[in-house]
Amino acid sequence: MTDLTRATETSTRVHETPVEDVPPWTSVEAEPSVPDQRTTAQEEARYGRSQLQLIWIRFVRNRAAMAGGAVVIALYLTAAFANFVAPYDADHRFDAAIYVPPQPIYWVDDGRIYPHILGLTPTIDRETLLRTYAPDPTVKIPVEFFVHGSSYRLLGLIPTDIHLFGVAPSDIGVFLLGTDRAGRDQFSRIAIGSQISLTLGLLGVFLSLVIGSLLGVASGFYGGAIDNVIQRTIEVIRSFPSIPLWMALAAAFPPHWPPLQVYFAISIVLSFIGWTWLARQLRGKVLALREEEFVLAAQLAGASDGCIVVRHLIPSVTGHIIVISTLAIPGMILAETALTFLGIGIRPPLVSWGTLLQDAANVQTLAHAPWLLSPVAAIVVAVLAFNFLGDGVRDAADPYSVG
Amino acid sequence: MATFIVRRLLGMIPTLFLVSVLTFVIIQLPQGDYATALAAQAAASGGSGDEAFIQTIRHQYGLDQPVYVRYLTWILGVLHGDFGYSFEWHQPVADLIGARIAMTLLLSVLALAFSWLVAIPIGIYSATHQYSKGDVALTSLGFLGLSIPDFMLALVYLFVATTWLSASASGLVSADLEQAPWSPAKFLDFLLHMIPAVIIIGAAGAAQLIRIMRGNLLETLGQQYVTTARAKGLKESTVVNRYAVRVAINPLISVMGMQLPNLISGSVIVGVVLSLPTTGPLFLHALQNQDTYLAGTFLLLLAFMLLIGNLLADIALAWADPRIRYD
Repeated sequence: MTDLTRATETSTRVHETPVEDVPPWTSVEAEPSVPDQRTTAQEEARYGRSQLQLIWIRFVRNRAAMAGGAVVIALYLTAAFANFVAPYDADHRFDAAIYVPPQPIYWVDDGRIYPHILGLTPTIDRETLLRTYAPDPTVKIPVEFFVHGSSYRLLGLIPTDIHLFGVAPSDIGVFLLGTDRAGRDQFSRIAIGSQISLTLGLLGVFLSLVIGSLLGVASGFYGGAIDNVIQRTIEVIRSFPSIPLWMALAAAFPPHWPPLQVYFAISIVLSFIGWTWLARQLRGKVLALREEEFVLAAQLAGASDGCIVVRHLIPSVTGHIIVISTLAIPGMILAETALTFLGIGIRPPLVSWGTLLQDAANVQTLAHAPWLLSPVAAIVVAVLAFNFLGDGVRDAADPYSVG
Repeated sequence: MATFIVRRLLGMIPTLFLVSVLTFVIIQLPQGDYATALAAQAAASGGSGDEAFIQTIRHQYGLDQPVYVRYLTWILGVLHGDFGYSFEWHQPVADLIGARIAMTLLLSVLALAFSWLVAIPIGIYSATHQYSKGDVALTSLGFLGLSIPDFMLALVYLFVATTWLSASASGLVSADLEQAPWSPAKFLDFLLHMIPAVIIIGAAGAAQLIRIMRGNLLETLGQQYVTTARAKGLKESTVVNRYAVRVAINPLISVMGMQLPNLISGSVIVGVVLSLPTTGPLFLHALQNQDTYLAGTFLLLLAFMLLIGNLLADIALAWADPRIRYD
């Protein structure tokens, strides 16, 4: 961006900000004389702030949104360092530890304080042939931090074998959330599954964003036949209830596709419906913006349509785009989970929260191993955090809100 | 009003046409068709799945004709109430799905009724007792309800029902009563399966409505005509129920149109989890087995339900709000 345009943009902002704060019926002409006399250094600082700074100030005041944002960051950090946080690989099997319930961590042992877990004595039920485990107070296994375990690449780059916590290798390990039917650690699987579940939603939203902003802005800017076609398309796609439509699209992938290809295909399926929301909203915004003088000025200055859209219209609706996409992410995460749960989404050997829930779909399994429902908690936490964050961003980005 | 309805109905025709085309395209997307799926099955079980077999099956079901011929045959049939033939069940699609579509409709409508019946009183309570403990509790509960997807709620219910309530949670009636003739005991059993399903499907919608109702009513209660009503000395209950609530409810009707897709989606996926005889389980099965016409009919009818539902919501809005003019 050249210095000239930057300068004009800031100057319009300075004028805009006070106007936004007063009701539209207030006479604008009378305004300047009043603040001019009373402008303090503080107010000047306020008017000098950019739109983004104002949004940030409003956002920070909203404690629920800040908490939501913190949880979201924590979740993505966990996903990024999943192999480090998880004590074991997602498919590491403990043959002697099938359906082990979550193990409590004990701290006090004969006056000494250190984290440890108790050993397990398996007993086999003669009727059901199911193994149950009783804690064995004589065996105490200390839980250590930064232990050596299976090797992996940190962030996919740095080869290492250090894990955040773990126990010395033996028949059983530390199972914070229990194990599944193959003796795999549920906590490790949830941590590693978050990589797929949390990124697929993001990818879906990103694709929706690209398609939705291009088509939405084009629809509002050009009008006429283009607008008609795009709006009709949106109407037809929205005539379907989303889950059944996603199901029909996801079921179309051939079973022999490699898992990674399915991962990208699912994100495309999610954005197939996702873009319509963004496009509708942006069209309305652009229809209004199109009549603004800065667009006319750009046209008179000889800017091409593409230039006007990319350089002037899209930046003007960025706030809106961010709000809509933040609010769309939880829905995408849920959609991936739902599709995978139904058996038409992510497939093993990939691990996602949906594949974990698939194991919990059986009544008998649930009655025997209710801890397999723990991915539900992970999903609800993620969705709640995103909802709080999205609400906060929306409130902060709304210039008409009080405060 | 009549012209408005007729115009909306006419406007639905092109949309329905495009919906049917899109449905057909999506259903044709998977590589191969029912014949190759069948051949793969036959080969897997040691039978003959050779090219001749595939050709016979294709010819038998008309799969060897070009796409547009198949689409036209299908859509002309649909217009006459003939939805095609299910390859897998060897039955006309219409016979298979009638009861299931009705069940989906029933569940969605009951869930809608449930969400309104629950949300409006709670919304009124929350708005009239703003920031009280009850309001905070109900609002947080509503937020939680919005964040727990219905199929997970169904899973958790499945667990709770089987371990603590020792009730059978899946199906529409308990397995041992399935063949029994209708009796009071069977009806009670039916209710015990139906009510949780309705609550699970309606929960998210109710949570959403509570938030909107609370917001609307708070806004309405701050308006001057409410102050006037109070100043006249009207009872507080009259002010709230006869003045404010009536105005605050109107926008909810337009929300109904947005609720419908979620309710239909919900009844499909909750149907799979709780093995209810809704469209859910059969639709999923048909998709996985490339039972083209069965899956396509489900998708088409679900979209049709949604379009009709939206039309009804629009009519209700026009009827309830005299300020809205459609002509």
